[in-house]
Amino acid sequence: MLSAAELTIVALSLQIALLATVVCLPFAIATAWLLARKEFYGKPLLNIVVHLPLVLPPVVTGYALLILFGKQGPIGGMLETFLGITFAFRWTGAALAAGIMGFPLMVRAIRLGIEAVDKGLEDAAATLGASRSAVFLHVTLPLVTPALLAGTVLGFAKAMGEFGATITFVASIPGQTETLPSAIYTLLQVPGGEDAALRLILLSVAVSILALAVSEVLARRAARKVAGL
Amino acid sequence: MSLNVDIQSKLGAFELDVQLRTKAGTTVVFGRSGSGKTSLINAIAGLTTPDQGRIALRDTVLFDAQSGIHVPSHQRRIGYVFQNARLFPHLSVAQNLDFGARFAKEPLSVAERRQMIDTLGIEALLNRRIAALSGGEQQRVALGRALLSVPRLLLMDEPLAALDTARKQEILPYFERLHAQGGPPMIYVTHDMSEIVRLADNIVVLRDGRSVVGGTVEDVLADPANVKLIGVQDAGALVQGIISGHEADGLSTIELSAGQLHVPKIGSPVGAKVRMRIRAQDVILSLSEPKDLSSQNILRARITEIQTGEGPSVAIALRTGSDRLLARITRRALAQMQLEVGQEVWAVLKANAVPPSAIARSENNGVVA
Repeated sequence: MLSAAELTIVALSLQIALLATVVCLPFAIATAWLLARKEFYGKPLLNIVVHLPLVLPPVVTGYALLILFGKQGPIGGMLETFLGITFAFRWTGAALAAGIMGFPLMVRAIRLGIEAVDKGLEDAAATLGASRSAVFLHVTLPLVTPALLAGTVLGFAKAMGEFGATITFVASIPGQTETLPSAIYTLLQVPGGEDAALRLILLSVAVSILALAVSEVLARRAARKVAGL
Repeated sequence: MSLNVDIQSKLGAFELDVQLRTKAGTTVVFGRSGSGKTSLINAIAGLTTPDQGRIALRDTVLFDAQSGIHVPSHQRRIGYVFQNARLFPHLSVAQNLDFGARFAKEPLSVAERRQMIDTLGIEALLNRRIAALSGGEQQRVALGRALLSVPRLLLMDEPLAALDTARKQEILPYFERLHAQGGPPMIYVTHDMSEIVRLADNIVVLRDGRSVVGGTVEDVLADPANVKLIGVQDAGALVQGIISGHEADGLSTIELSAGQLHVPKIGSPVGAKVRMRIRAQDVILSLSEPKDLSSQNILRARITEIQTGEGPSVAIALRTGSDRLLARITRRALAQMQLEVGQEVWAVLKANAVPPSAIARSENNGVVA
């Protein structure tokens, strides 16, 4: 059914998107909580920085990543020297780009969820003796599950479909950084590549629909639970 | 137990300036809406920080603006039952109760826990989800959850206000029983007189953010100077009595220190001690012993104080046996009858004037001296 090359592309895309989402989630939760519940100096700035990838042209974000995280870049150079982590032209770099692009979407969804949590419930938990972290872990977080799921799905979908920043930062190397969108783009650039491209297009539609369906089921279950039903 | 509160806070245009000192038992914080009741207990719970002042529970300072002490809510061990229950919707009833017990310093034993669940009548609800509970059931669970955290003080913010009268009457006995079984001292916020009659040992009245009157509930309600503060419709003294009989015609007889009262049938058995509120506006005064009245409730009383205000009515304090009564009559009647302090009169009240909701078994309150 699927050729070995196609399988590689799909597997790599899933791998990149999953890593990006999983690594981003805790940071997204922390950022969303800060933005939703805390007042601090520099909050508007944080808000802008978080949202930048959403409004900047993806190519610009990709170029910024290249400058910062490339082999010669200030961050990329240090990571390579001290931790042996390389981003440039590796699948990890693709995950970094996908994660950064999906981050604002995750933060937005989770922040709305946290803002919707009745602060009164958190107060009630505190009067029962729960410390701040216990309140967050046992009351806030469970009540935010629907938003958490929504944010994760959005982030994952964005990571799966991310193209501009990825191709600018890590190019499109088969087996290393060639994801579904970049493979489709490459195929469409060569004469007679439409048929092969169509197969990948259908594949990416199928993956997206499956992910949406799963998240819908989970979200419904979580919403019922949070509503006390 | 003693709680000492002396706090000042500015919340927008509203100023809170409260002095409060409570002893054992239940202290009712009474006042109209907007008088600062909830602001006060939120500060006691540590949910808000006052601008100035000090809060101490026994020998623990919970808040002191001057020395910068502010013990966070979760370390105060002060339980809080909110007006709208605030149960955790993602947890079952049993899990909500577990949440209360989870952080307790010295959790209740299994037997104590079972006894408490039994007292509150919530054992049948344990596996239910929160959305499947009625308002009254939610409040009972919320109370159980608070008690399982083994608080040193329990705050209740109009826990029955969101319920209809029938539900209130259904839950009040649980609160009374709990009180009788030696629960933690309570601060109970309400503006409902029937709850005060049934639960209060002491009372503090708030007005416009200030604590204006405080003392035992008997003293405060019997003081004619407080009639306006309590509300002319609601004002009335508490009297103590013992049920001496239930008649076939639907009336119950209550033996007071200086006579008998016949009131609509009440649920408690013969021999039970009760206390009831007799509203000032339901008391009629007569200079001679009334003979041909439809009312059966006539008590010999002596005037101890006459309080005239600006309005057309005056409040009169009376003593009948060891009980006190309040009567509200018109200024004109006062002049025509030439009433004076020390004078003997007859106080008349209608049987229907004392509804069952204004009567409470007083053993439950621990108020019988």
